Parts: sequence; structure tokens; C-alpha cells
Amino acid sequence: MKRDEMLNALFPAGWEPAALEQDYFEGRAAVGASTVTVIGTGARAEVGADLALRMAAAVLETVRKRPGEPILFLLDTQGQRLRRRDELLGLNGYMAHLAKCVEIARGGGHVILSVVYGEAVSGGYLTTGMMADACYAFGDAEIKVMNLPAMARITKIPLERLESLAERSPVFSPGVANYHRMGHLSEVWTEDHAGHLAAALDELRSMDAASRGIDRRLEAGAARGGRKLAAAVVERMRSDG
Amino acid sequence: MRKSFFEASARERLLGLVDAGSFREFIPPEARVSSPHMAMLDQPVAFDDGLIAGAATLDGRAVLIAAQEGAFLGGAIGEVHGAKLVGLIERARVERPAAVLFLFDSGGVRLHEANAGLIAVSEIIRAVLAARAGGLRFIGLIGGAGGCFGGAGLIARCCDALVMSEEGRLAMSGPEVIETVRGVEEFDSRDRALVWRVTGGKHRYLLGEADALVVDDVAAFRAAAVGLLDTPVGLSLESVEREHALLAERWHRFGASDDAPEIWRALGVPADEDVAMMGAEEFVAMAARCTGRSA
Repeated sequence: MKRDEMLNALFPAGWEPAALEQDYFEGRAAVGASTVTVIGTGARAEVGADLALRMAAAVLETVRKRPGEPILFLLDTQGQRLRRRDELLGLNGYMAHLAKCVEIARGGGHVILSVVYGEAVSGGYLTTGMMADACYAFGDAEIKVMNLPAMARITKIPLERLESLAERSPVFSPGVANYHRMGHLSEVWTEDHAGHLAAALDELRSMDAASRGIDRRLEAGAARGGRKLAAAVVERMRSDG
Repeated sequence: MRKSFFEASARERLLGLVDAGSFREFIPPEARVSSPHMAMLDQPVAFDDGLIAGAATLDGRAVLIAAQEGAFLGGAIGEVHGAKLVGLIERARVERPAAVLFLFDSGGVRLHEANAGLIAVSEIIRAVLAARAGGLRFIGLIGGAGGCFGGAGLIARCCDALVMSEEGRLAMSGPEVIETVRGVEEFDSRDRALVWRVTGGKHRYLLGEADALVVDDVAAFRAAAVGLLDTPVGLSLESVEREHALLAERWHRFGASDDAPEIWRALGVPADEDVAMMGAEEFVAMAARCTGRSA
């Protein structure tokens, strides 16, 4: 879905943008009976050091000025910016910093939600949306590390083979259904997006902070059959030797 | 005699780092817990999935430690490899060791199980940060042949402290990826000096991203890790705000730079041939002289 269409779908009564640029937006919106801080990327934004820093600043400002206000990430990103300049400055450090800011917000009692409405790729998603208490995506969105033709080139596995295997394994091919089955997404929304968002927020707000902060994606992945081994390996690592 | 950290296997690095005879491995290779996804792609597996983890002592102090094997699929993170790391961090939250040590040697997410790998990296980052907020200490060591890129580069920068050799490389995207997408004029991945200037240990040390720069010697990594066991820990709003100010200043000062020498000169360090050739100890002493940073 395009950004403005998504904003109308999630906030039918409108929202208050503080910034609304092509690749970045932020502001506040009413969701059900709550007001949330919105931090978003648009137009398949590439996340460079500057954009990571800007999102981090928005998170920190929310923590400082509006203690406990839920934070909602709305994402459309092609991934990390692929430039020598950003690497020279330590792009991974800027992105890790954003993850730390989200963790501080969580620890401060802020509910963190993320919704992928466009595309979410690797580094652009890891320290933004994937840091949320609960992650959601629109049905027509795309989440991936790499498309299959590029994966075929790099792994030297024939594309036809990958396409055929992708029909029965959720483990390597792009798609929100795969990320649901692997336990990462709590839900995929295909209709009544505003209603689903309000319900998701209510559910998270009804939990105490400690319980909300527990990462439950391993169990979900095991229960849905997408990640059969990870939860057992974590358990064994905790008790082995 | 020196033992090269760069050339050593993950197991050699790990055993050389901790106190002799103290390492106790969890889910060892004999347990045969390997990736369940590689067979359908006709790919080989490793009985430890490229990740060695366990408990040991370091200078007599209890630590939990993990080492990535760069020789197996570039140390890439898949479902089992990632889950072993998540489990080790969870264990640390119960056992409260003096530190959790990560010996990085990884290109990031394993493409053959990309979705499992990406989710695992996010779980590792969340677990590290939650543990840090609870006062646990994480020390990353980077000096393996595969460097530390992608998801591994993010995990590394979530640690309290990093030790690097000058041969160590740390970044988000690898130079080859940038060259493939943006062209050779953006990043010539075969220009070794350029790759080293942009991603190497000396540059990361001067930027303040690496806390210690050491020679390529397992014993030197060990000494540096021991030296970091008593530094302050914790992740707080104040510490994150300090980092924010540092990163904002760096972007402000150097956002228009596209190579390291101009940054080095602005930091007060001569960016000439002699400095490029300096050994780690000499370089650290020179950096202390020129920048006022404590060596």
C-alpha cells in the first residue's frame, strides 16, 4: 500500500504530522482511545546514518516529553543505504543506536508496535520494526532479505529449484506469510486495518510491562511450524552442561 | 610466540582466549545439532552450525563465550547458529557471568535460511540489549578473516565494548555488495587499502567504535578482554543520549567525507603512509598523543 492510502486506512479520523517528507514522517495519531507517536519511512526509503539518527531522535524525544506514550513504526524501506560514506561513519553503529533507543523506550514503559505497509528489507527493518513488542504487516506488503533471483546468483542454486522449494518452505523466500509462519509477525492485516491496530494496541496495553517485553517469537515460530528447531536449541543452551 | 587470531579457527581462538582447561561447551559438535534447512538445498552442514558456545573462566572470572566459524558459510547466521546465541544470552541472564564474549567472524544473515537468520539476528539484538539494561557486560572481539558485517555488525555495535585488530573489519554492508549495487567507483572492493581504511580496526578505533586496538595475536585479544572486565556497564537513557550526541556530532563533522584520511586529519592524526604502516601498539600510543584519548 502507498503511504497516504495507508495513513487513511490506519487513521480514518486523521493524524497530526510533525514531519511529512517523502522518505520520512513522524507525528501523533489517535488509535482507539489512545494517542500514539508515529515514526515512519516511505517511498522505499534507504536507511542511512542520517535517517537512523533521525528516528532515534524521535524515539528519545517521545521518551523525554511523553513518558509512556505508545510508539508506532510504519515502514516502507528498501534496506540500509549502500554507500561508502555511510559505512565510513559506521552505519551499523547508527542503526544499533536506534535499536538501543527503542529498548530504552520499552524499558520506560512505552508500548512499541510496528507495521510494514510497503516493503521491509534486512538492515532497514532489523533495528526499527523488528525491535517492536509486536510486529504486524499489511497483506500486500513484502518482507525479505533478498529476492530469489539474487539469492540464486549468490548461492549458485538454480532459480527454478529455489522457486519450487519456496512453495513448501517458509525459511528463505520473501513474503509476509512466511514471516508469520516463522513466528516473527503477530498478524497479517488484509482489511479493517484501523480496527486491527486498535485491537493490537489494546492487547499490548493490557499486559504489564515485564510481560510485554518478553520476546515470544521463538514460541510462535515453533507453534506455527516455521521454525521447528530454534526454541528447542535455546532451551537446551540454557540448561546444557 | 604469536598465534594469529586472523588465521586461527573459531575453536583455536576461543580456547586461546580463555583460561587453559576452563572451557565447557554447550551443545557440542558431538550433539550433532546442525541446520535443518541445508539438506533440501543440497548444502553441507556443520555439526555445530558454525557456532561454538559455552562457559569458561577468563583471568579466573566466570564468562560465557561464543565464537563464529568463518570457514563455514562465512560464519553466517541461520536458525540454529542464531538460536545458540539467543540461548547463551538467556543463560547469562540467569548465571550473571562477569561478561559474555562474542568472537565475531561473520558476513551476517545466512541466505540459505534468510528469514530464520534475519529473525534470529533481531532476537539476538533484543536479548543483548535487554541483558545490558539488566547490567550484564558484552564484549565483542573482531579480528577473524571474514570480518563482521550485516547482522553481525549490528550485534557487535550493541555490545558494551569491542576489541579489534587492525586486520579486523567492521561495517554494515560488505564492500562487494556496495560495489555490485552502486558500481566500482562507489566502492572498489578489490582496493584493499581502501577497504581497510573504511572498515578496518584502526579507523574504527579512531572513531571510538573499538575500545581497544591490538596486534593480530590471540594473547593480545585475551589481554584486552581481561582489561575490559571491570569497565562500567549498563544501558540507560543517559548513556544512549550521550551516544546520540556523539553520533550526531560525527554526522555533522564528517557527513560529507567519503574517505578516512580527511577524518583522521580532522581528529588530529596524520594520515600518511607511516601511520598506515604502524603496528597496533605504536598506533595506539600515537593516537593518544594526537587526540588526547587515553591509550
